[in-house]
Amino acid sequence: MQEHDVAWVRTEMALAQAAPSSAVGPNAWVRKNLFASPIDTVLTLIAALAVVWFLPQILNWLFFSAVWSGADRTACLTTEQGGQLPAGWSGACWPFVEARFGQFMFGRYPLEERWRVILTGVIFIALLIPLLTPSAPFKKLNAILFFVVFPFVAFFLLVGGYFGLSYIETPLWGGLMVTLVISYVGIVVSLPLGILLALGRRSKMPIIKMLCVVFIEAIRGVPLVTVLFMASFMLPLFVPPGMTFDKLLRALIGVALFSSAYMAEVVRGGLQAIPKGQYEGADSLGLGYWQKMGFIVMPQALKLVIPGIVNTFIGLFKDTTLVLIISMFDLLGVVKQSISGDPTWATPQTAKTGYVFAAAIFWIFCFSMSRYSMFMERRLDTSHRK
Amino acid sequence: MSVRQWKGNDMATQDVLPAGRSEKVSLLYDPRARSIFFQVLIVALLVLGGWWIVENTLENLRRSNIQTGFAFLKGRAGFDILTSLIPYSSDSTFGRAIVVGILNTALVAVTGIIAATIIGFLVGVGRLSNNWLIRKIATVYVELFRNIPPLLVILFWYQGVLSLLPNVRDSYSLPLSSFLNNRGFYLPRPVWGEGSWLILVGLVLGIIFSWFVARWARARQVETGQQFPVIWTSVALILGMPFLGFVLGGFPLTFDLPQKGTFNLTGGANIKPEFLSLFLALSFYTAAFIAEIVRAGIMGVPRGQTEAYSALGIRPSQGLRLVVIPQAMRIIIPPLTSQYLNLTKNSSLAVAIGYPDLYAIGGTILNQTGQAIEVVVIFMAVYLSLSILTSLFMNWFNAKMALKER
Repeated sequence: MQEHDVAWVRTEMALAQAAPSSAVGPNAWVRKNLFASPIDTVLTLIAALAVVWFLPQILNWLFFSAVWSGADRTACLTTEQGGQLPAGWSGACWPFVEARFGQFMFGRYPLEERWRVILTGVIFIALLIPLLTPSAPFKKLNAILFFVVFPFVAFFLLVGGYFGLSYIETPLWGGLMVTLVISYVGIVVSLPLGILLALGRRSKMPIIKMLCVVFIEAIRGVPLVTVLFMASFMLPLFVPPGMTFDKLLRALIGVALFSSAYMAEVVRGGLQAIPKGQYEGADSLGLGYWQKMGFIVMPQALKLVIPGIVNTFIGLFKDTTLVLIISMFDLLGVVKQSISGDPTWATPQTAKTGYVFAAAIFWIFCFSMSRYSMFMERRLDTSHRK
Repeated sequence: MSVRQWKGNDMATQDVLPAGRSEKVSLLYDPRARSIFFQVLIVALLVLGGWWIVENTLENLRRSNIQTGFAFLKGRAGFDILTSLIPYSSDSTFGRAIVVGILNTALVAVTGIIAATIIGFLVGVGRLSNNWLIRKIATVYVELFRNIPPLLVILFWYQGVLSLLPNVRDSYSLPLSSFLNNRGFYLPRPVWGEGSWLILVGLVLGIIFSWFVARWARARQVETGQQFPVIWTSVALILGMPFLGFVLGGFPLTFDLPQKGTFNLTGGANIKPEFLSLFLALSFYTAAFIAEIVRAGIMGVPRGQTEAYSALGIRPSQGLRLVVIPQAMRIIIPPLTSQYLNLTKNSSLAVAIGYPDLYAIGGTILNQTGQAIEVVVIFMAVYLSLSILTSLFMNWFNAKMALKER
């Protein structure tokens, strides 16, 4: 054994020490995430100032200074404008939304018949929730009910004229109800039509392929407003004189054609991602074209593009607002109408309040759809990511 | 099982036989014959449907006494247009009104695209920032704006914010003698005096020189490996040459300042609230989508690339510029193109607030003349060619940025 000439040698392991306070705890988090470098510090300070400046103002406008009850415009006017509120007041005028809430939801649908709309909505939700829950059973039956049976039920309930229900003409419809009807019809029509167009675009028959390409590109190249414009001004020209088209139907045709062109491109993306071997495998089993597509290719392709399809739905939902340009009253249309054409509630804050309310509704719908799409994306993602 | 038997049993083999060569194949199961049959059927149906539509349309037009053809474009328009980039009055022709509309659409599209790209890139990078606060603000921005219909945002700005600004008498005075009121934003208007062409010449020369410098620097770097600060030289050239022209021309620039009178603001340049709301709404909306595209693009560059340039001793700032961004751009450009096209098409929402874009003016013309088909044809032609122009440019840019495999 060699003799050590050092005075002291440690024989046991040193105990692990707690991490320095600069590396753990809230202090470290703040340093790492907010003040990592001088530039970061400056950015944080600017951003914090902006938040401190804007957030209280926004919250104040929305809640703390807002007026919550009142019968007409005087509730939301300052003393200079003829009301009771202090000069310089600014806040949301929620009684306006409360007073017009029925219109925002149903338009001019007769009061005593509104239960029909509510019933339709309840059926819609009752069918939609199990369809969206991956673990719920009877998916096929559910899908048939939702996409095939429900449209008829909804049609009879909303339009009426049969089974003792009174007939409600579509110009009386309005509000969120019209927004949902247009989006639902757009979705139900555009999915199959889009699949057909996508198949046509990849077809080996040159004429069919050309027709599909021309249709898809022409629709995708022009704004929806133009398509709606065509649907509302040119469709009546195309049919024999004397035959009239319901205005809502015209808008529905325009929206459905428009979204099916976009849907076709999404589906085409899925079709292209299916390896050639799948097509050849189906061929070698002796399956015909529709069998091959229906049993082998489409199930795989559609699964791949579910996020894309949901994104198209979100776009479609937002695009329904454009029907106000052909003077129809969807949610935004009704809000706009009650803002500009209603002296009972004409105050400087009315417009902002109404639009913020409509924005909140649209936002809730679109945001939940996008979250659902992300959830599905993660669920269907079978790849191994680090 | 013998081959002969197997062939006889399975119908599927018939499809494999080349059509027309075997007599045994029934015409009903011949894919070629089927395909021709279906295509002829479709064409026949289309022709019939088209003929029916044309017949009805002609009949309808005859009943309402509308002439077909584009002759109406030469007629007197008779309506005023809010803002115009070219001289226009109500005595101008319909054709000129449409040109005004196209220019206004292009103005919104170009300014909107520039603003949306800048905001979008900032927010997209912000979403990947290490700074928690910045990241959260960027996320809130994206989630807020992309889930609200753009039309609603346009109306919000127009009816909810800009029309509530004080009237001309109580305009907000802003720095640089500009004013903000419910008639829009009043700015000093530059007036170019004599000799200002020298500035333009300087600008053109600056761009040409910097192109040559870039070429020379690249050649030198390939040959010797030495780098040359191309960007700073170009900035100096492109800013410096016009300034030189400005000095040589004897400072030929004055400003026409907006003057506040009792009832009106005179002089200066005016940005109308219609344009402002459209511009703000469209660029904020599209920026939210561009931010997501930018984020996806940067995240799409594998981490190994960052590690590799760090291992080579390249500084992060340089690595970002030379390694990450060029690769991210490849992922970013195709979806960016479609966002640009979306913005251009969304500019047609202008009609909701009365900004005279192509769609709004077309609608007015339609109401006056009833020429529905011609107006729609003009719409289709203009929007489709705008789309094609944008995608041609972006395809060119994409080809330039694309991976060049040797």
